[in-house]
Amino acid sequence: MTQEAELGLRDRLAQLSGLKLLRGTRLSAEHERLQRQLERLREDTSDEEIWKRVELARHESRPYTLDYVERILDDWFELHGDRGRMDDSAMVAGIGRLNGQTVALVGHQKGRDLKSRVHRNYGMAYPEGYRKAMRTMALAERHGFPVVTLVDTPGAYPGVAAEQHGQGGAIARAQAVMLRLGVPTVAVVIGEGGSGGAIAIAVADRVLMQENAMYSVISPEGCASILWRDAAQAKKAASAFKPDAAHCLELGVIDGIVPEPEGGAQEDHDAAAALLRDSVIAHLHELADASPDELRRTRRAKFRSLGVLASV
Amino acid sequence: MPGVSSPERIDVSIEHKRADPAASNGEKAHPNTCPGCGSHYRDEELAEHLRVCTQCGFHYPVRAPERVEQLADPGSFEEEDGELRSADPLGFFDLRPYVERLAEAESVTGLGDAMLTGRAAIDGHPCRLAAMDFSFMGGSMGSVVGERFARACDRAADERGVLVSISASGGARMQEGILALMQLPKTVAAVDELHEAGGTLISVLAHPTTGGVTASFASLGDVILAEPGALTSFAGPRVVAQTTREKLPDDFGLAESNYRFGHVDAVVPRPELRPTIARLLRLFGGPS
Repeated sequence: MTQEAELGLRDRLAQLSGLKLLRGTRLSAEHERLQRQLERLREDTSDEEIWKRVELARHESRPYTLDYVERILDDWFELHGDRGRMDDSAMVAGIGRLNGQTVALVGHQKGRDLKSRVHRNYGMAYPEGYRKAMRTMALAERHGFPVVTLVDTPGAYPGVAAEQHGQGGAIARAQAVMLRLGVPTVAVVIGEGGSGGAIAIAVADRVLMQENAMYSVISPEGCASILWRDAAQAKKAASAFKPDAAHCLELGVIDGIVPEPEGGAQEDHDAAAALLRDSVIAHLHELADASPDELRRTRRAKFRSLGVLASV
Repeated sequence: MPGVSSPERIDVSIEHKRADPAASNGEKAHPNTCPGCGSHYRDEELAEHLRVCTQCGFHYPVRAPERVEQLADPGSFEEEDGELRSADPLGFFDLRPYVERLAEAESVTGLGDAMLTGRAAIDGHPCRLAAMDFSFMGGSMGSVVGERFARACDRAADERGVLVSISASGGARMQEGILALMQLPKTVAAVDELHEAGGTLISVLAHPTTGGVTASFASLGDVILAEPGALTSFAGPRVVAQTTREKLPDDFGLAESNYRFGHVDAVVPRPELRPTIARLLRLFGGPS
């Protein structure tokens, strides 16, 4: 854990302390948790610790997008279809009230039992899913609704039809759409942030990760099978590319970590949702006064700056 | 879903139509032997024919410096941002350290990373070029590729000019972890700014263009061209076959299939690539 990452958390703590005065008691819980988190992060993130988070991020009882939707939004109205070809149930989209304000919400959706897992295609969207996301964001832009995205996918679906329908182009365009939005956007990785399928809906003003979420360029198994030529080396791969929230924060890829209930979000969906809700509201609040141009400019500048370079 | 490997970075050499037919017999064919028809060429013969088989039209891979030579007017190319190198933010180590792989790639290819960028003229039309090199770590996109591409966009945007990109990439560079994924929105943002400034992106997809490059700038060209027989997909055939157990069509992910499905504007054989780009440069009215 570098000093900068610690400073990032400290910064959030300071912001929360300020907000607490305005926003009542709920945030004090997050404040406490962030402080606890800061202490935890000071300890080295060991390989075992990283793998434990990978397992929690994929935990079969972890809350999924619609579990959060029903707990944090009032009057949710789900939108269906990409207005072209089909409705992709691996991606949900809709509008609802968050803290008295209409917002658009887009997120990957996994299923919990065998039938619903198949129905949700294990949270792996087709291009049609990304097109549904894009048209929902366009709607939000027209009406001035902030956009909240919840990221939870092993990756975009790698299938013949998905390719024929333009998977790569859809992911590229979804990012372009997000970069151009003139409304505040907050993305939260709530489970697996798998690669292109994740970034397609994660190009936001604020990118957050839940404490036990993972965000990565490739799955640990995929990386292991390519570099180690053995998918069973996934644990080694994960500790090499470090997909945990603390490292993503350290690398400047995310802006904050959303705390989870003790033991992980799967232990208490209501508590996890309350913490998520408070973080999203706090970040939207911070962004509320920025003009559309300012939002676009800052967002672009942020993503343009990501990367680590040396020179000869 | 356990066992599903991410489609971001793939090995495209396996179970693909372009795979070397001799390889199935366990022998390694000479790189100048045509995988399409078995014709054999001397190096200078191949270079003279733009690395296209004169017998069957198979397109051999082209390294970035040779690509620039094929497309740019003689002596017009000036490299930019060549000093940029990858750092190793994760201290990445698989079977070998990332820094070692980088050093080896640089000494083998003579390039600082998998993309060569600079100013050039094509048939008298000034433009910017960004050519990828598959022999540098599979043409994978990390921080340097992202930054060079983004700066090339900026320079084209300043002149309201045209950037011609030629991609050849297995996807994002795993060794840079999540920062490699962040090169997707980074290059997308750069193209967006180029477009906003009134500039143009002509995206040429060479074999193979897959994963993160397909899912970012390469798919955002005002015009998208592809070379015949090039694999230009998001997920590679092996990942798709393994994940879905679907039977893959013979032309899965190939330029011709993508043309049919509406993802590329034209499949352009290499000998026609330079005149085609020159025509587009005239049409988009870059400074002449």
